[in-house]
Amino acid sequence: MPLIKDGVLAEDLYTAVDDDAPLPEGPVIVSLKRLRAERDSLLGRNQKLGVKLTSAESPESIGSDLERLSLVVLEFPKFRDGRPFSWARILRSRLKFDGEVRASGDFLYDQIAFLQRVGCDAFALPPSVTPALFARALAEMTNVYQPAADGVKTIRQLRSEP
Amino acid sequence: MYRYDEFDAAFVRERTEQFRYQVERRLKGELNEDQFKPFRLMNGLYLQLHAYMLRVAVPYGTLSAPQLKMLAHIARKYDKGYGHITTRQNIQYNWPKLKDVPDILADLATVEMHAIQTSGNCIRNVTADHFAGAAADEIEDPRPVAEIVRQWSSLHPEFAFLPRKFKVAVSGAAHDRAALKFHDLAIEIVKNDEGRIGYRILVGGGMGRTPYIGYAVGDFVEKPDLLAFLEAVLRVYNENGRRDNIYKARIKVLAQSLGQTEMRERVVREFIEIKRAGTLQVPQEERARIEAYFAPPAFEALNDAPLPTEGALGQWVASNVHKHRAPGYAIATLSLKPIGGVPGDISHEQLDGVAQLMDDFGYAEIRTSHEQNLVLPHVKQSDLPAVFARLKALGLATPNAGLITDIICCPGLDYCDLANARSIPIAQKIAERFADLERQHAIGELKIKMSGCINACGHHHTGHIGILGVDKKGVEFYQLQLGGSATEDAAIGEIMGPGFGENEIVYAVERVVDLYVKLRQPGERFLDTYRRLGMEPFKNIAYQEQLHAAH
Repeated sequence: MPLIKDGVLAEDLYTAVDDDAPLPEGPVIVSLKRLRAERDSLLGRNQKLGVKLTSAESPESIGSDLERLSLVVLEFPKFRDGRPFSWARILRSRLKFDGEVRASGDFLYDQIAFLQRVGCDAFALPPSVTPALFARALAEMTNVYQPAADGVKTIRQLRSEP
Repeated sequence: MYRYDEFDAAFVRERTEQFRYQVERRLKGELNEDQFKPFRLMNGLYLQLHAYMLRVAVPYGTLSAPQLKMLAHIARKYDKGYGHITTRQNIQYNWPKLKDVPDILADLATVEMHAIQTSGNCIRNVTADHFAGAAADEIEDPRPVAEIVRQWSSLHPEFAFLPRKFKVAVSGAAHDRAALKFHDLAIEIVKNDEGRIGYRILVGGGMGRTPYIGYAVGDFVEKPDLLAFLEAVLRVYNENGRRDNIYKARIKVLAQSLGQTEMRERVVREFIEIKRAGTLQVPQEERARIEAYFAPPAFEALNDAPLPTEGALGQWVASNVHKHRAPGYAIATLSLKPIGGVPGDISHEQLDGVAQLMDDFGYAEIRTSHEQNLVLPHVKQSDLPAVFARLKALGLATPNAGLITDIICCPGLDYCDLANARSIPIAQKIAERFADLERQHAIGELKIKMSGCINACGHHHTGHIGILGVDKKGVEFYQLQLGGSATEDAAIGEIMGPGFGENEIVYAVERVVDLYVKLRQPGERFLDTYRRLGMEPFKNIAYQEQLHAAH
């Protein structure tokens, strides 16, 4: 599945690893459960490390290990499950996480602009979204009414400019 | 009224084009119905029993004459010549074709209207007291607050896929005409001991299959903090609301399971953080900018005069004209409940006719009410006879506002995909039974509310008399509930017992009402008598005679 990072197609440097599979060389993505079980060896690998959160897992449950991570994957089990939008926002705004936040799973074309606004900077595109559609999704709406995690000026701020 | 600036206009225009593209993809088969669904819902488009249904947003129920004319045009050009006012102050069209919907939205955009967030699991179009800016008992006009909330909630990126829909209402008056305690979130404008105006925030009210009355999570939220507080509530809900069961996904269920203390703690924790970030504060200049749009018209210096009491005009004044805050003025309800009609329906001729009336009398705005009527907020008392005559010619002068035939009713099985039973024909039969005006006025204030299924779109839980249609092995039955109220004395109606058949329900209602008339003490409304006497006598009379009838 194509990966978009910072708005362009990118190579995925990480390998997603099942909980019971041996760890390959290089950066890996593990579940929160595995991070907890094998915390010391995972953090001691001296490799980039990513954690994949289910939609039921708040990033706050990662605790202080978050600063050791370079990637948090937010999984959409179904596009209707909107919790990852809050998780992304919390990662960026409350926890000040500045690594990669990647949307993954069953999200829709129409959710891409929202995901970017709440702080996702990477997208593992589902089959229904081509890179061309991805670019279009971000260009559809010019201005926004409310602040989010993207630092974009809101309509209210634009109104008060001379 | 609020007027779009360049930003608002561009926003709605772009949203329309975005939707046009989605519809093209759907028509070409690039999107299946499941993928298209959340997006069409975010734009107010439902797939109903027979056709698509488009629900157009009427933010806080305020419309101008040009907007009414456009609604008439849409009814004529794209639908079967009429629209339907909903219990959330919106207007819906029951017969649009999918291919036409982008054009309908483009037409709406030319008069600063849209269908954004009138459905879907998002923050829905915001409602407000339909007497806003005119009511004698008002602390402050709720519409500027509602407009601030409308803008903040429009395509909110974090809260577009909530566990379930989220309905917000605002009121600024002592008497609650906006059913605050039955909303997911309600904003009540209040004045504190120091004379400062702020907001009391309620959450967790709702109807549906498990009705609850909302409770306060914020007793006095300062004006600049409003959106930060709302965002805090929404985040607590988005994170913690149930997603495993659609029937337990509303915030009311979370509010019950957490309890008031825990809910308040969680909201305040989020609120403090959001407030600290500072970006969501609503500065005084922005509030003033929006409030200026809602400044009242320049009222002439008049005195209150005795209102007409004689004849048809007098009857209409008695039920449909309400006290205004400015001397010499009045508020007038245009009933969309003609006897035998469909509650809330309005034809394109009527929409155009009302717009013409507004132009001729110089009225800038009109309201839709959650009771499915229209309201002219600022009518000179001396104009009442002329306005009445015009409304009469339009078929909009039924003198029954607040009376037993002013029935709130959902579309029911005649239109709706979810319904178990028909509701419109039952409402019509009840209205016909009580059609006699002398009798209606003698009965006095009595709110009948009726839903065709437990989702309660017809607000049956809050009817003084509520009626719920159920399906039992393919036969429609109608349950009675008594004692509900949606106002400041909020109450959920008590279920009387087993349902009545389609032919029996009208008689049961009539027996209950007749008993009330017999037992009431001077000045008592039906609700007061019910509260004094309880269910027992009403239950006895309703079922007792049914047994006689059966033998």
